[in-house]
Amino acid sequence: MKRYVLPLLAFLALAVFLAVGLNRDPREVPSPLIGRPAPAFELPRLAADGSPDAERFGPAQMRGKVWLLNVWASWCVSCRQEHPVLLDIARRGDLPLIGLDYKDATPDARAWLAEHGNPYLLSAVDADGRVGIDYGVYGVPETYLIDQVGTIRFKQIGPLTADVLEKTILPLVRELRK
Amino acid sequence: MRRWLALLAVALGMLLAAGVHAREAVPLADDQAVEDRLVGIAEDLRCLVCQNESLAASRAPLAEDLRREIREQIRAGKTDPEIVDYLVSRYGDFVRYRPPMKPTTWLLWLGPFVLLAAGLATLVVQLRRRNVAAAAAPLSDDERSRAVALLGGER
Repeated sequence: MKRYVLPLLAFLALAVFLAVGLNRDPREVPSPLIGRPAPAFELPRLAADGSPDAERFGPAQMRGKVWLLNVWASWCVSCRQEHPVLLDIARRGDLPLIGLDYKDATPDARAWLAEHGNPYLLSAVDADGRVGIDYGVYGVPETYLIDQVGTIRFKQIGPLTADVLEKTILPLVRELRK
Repeated sequence: MRRWLALLAVALGMLLAAGVHAREAVPLADDQAVEDRLVGIAEDLRCLVCQNESLAASRAPLAEDLRREIREQIRAGKTDPEIVDYLVSRYGDFVRYRPPMKPTTWLLWLGPFVLLAAGLATLVVQLRRRNVAAAAAPLSDDERSRAVALLGGER
């Protein structure tokens, strides 16, 4: 009887490791940017009409505010999935939402916003994806929560869900505003 | 007749082949030294989109962007560790196929050796125990005489 105990324990340990390991999502790469300053950039804004994008945007303009930076693109399929959540944030109106239009063709981006509704206060155009690299973007959509002093507090990889918004982001926002 | 036909076919083939102007392969990159270093760095980095491909092998758009970034940094005179650090600071240790040695990865690096040592120790203990058990069981006189009887006497 005793001789079976050790192999059984070894097997159980292996089973636990596999159960935990195999149930983790390999796409969720922990971002080293959490708790670090949001990388600075200056990019042209996506103008609503066809006018030349004269105005520019940088995270420094959001100093003193808790805000969301949402990386999106018109070619991104899962962005459609999260879009209702973004529109919901826009309707609430208490959490500024900035878009980063990542590696997109500007006319496509405008058409996309016209078709699905524009939840963003403004979108910055990252045409060649360099700012995306600075933010460690590897799969659109991604969303960053940035605090008053410009520190990244949370990163959502993949579509934002109502669940994540209610249970993670909004409580964190309340916490940060205290 | 058949031989003539075959000969004709070969001659025709040679004629056609002469018409093909083979040119020396043009390297895709303008600077081979930069490209060699790029491959050296990118082979040990993971493409984050496909995850099981290296950055050097992947054709994902992000991998192409990252290769462009590495190329530019090589031209700007950065060293290989500096470039790897640049990517790690954005994407985390996950981009490296060779994780660094630090407290959170001690188990990863040393675990196999610990398991190996444990296995060897178990083996040694088991073998010793078996030797002792074999040596420590001489036959009693009674058993010996029974064995002799079973084997057919004498001896």
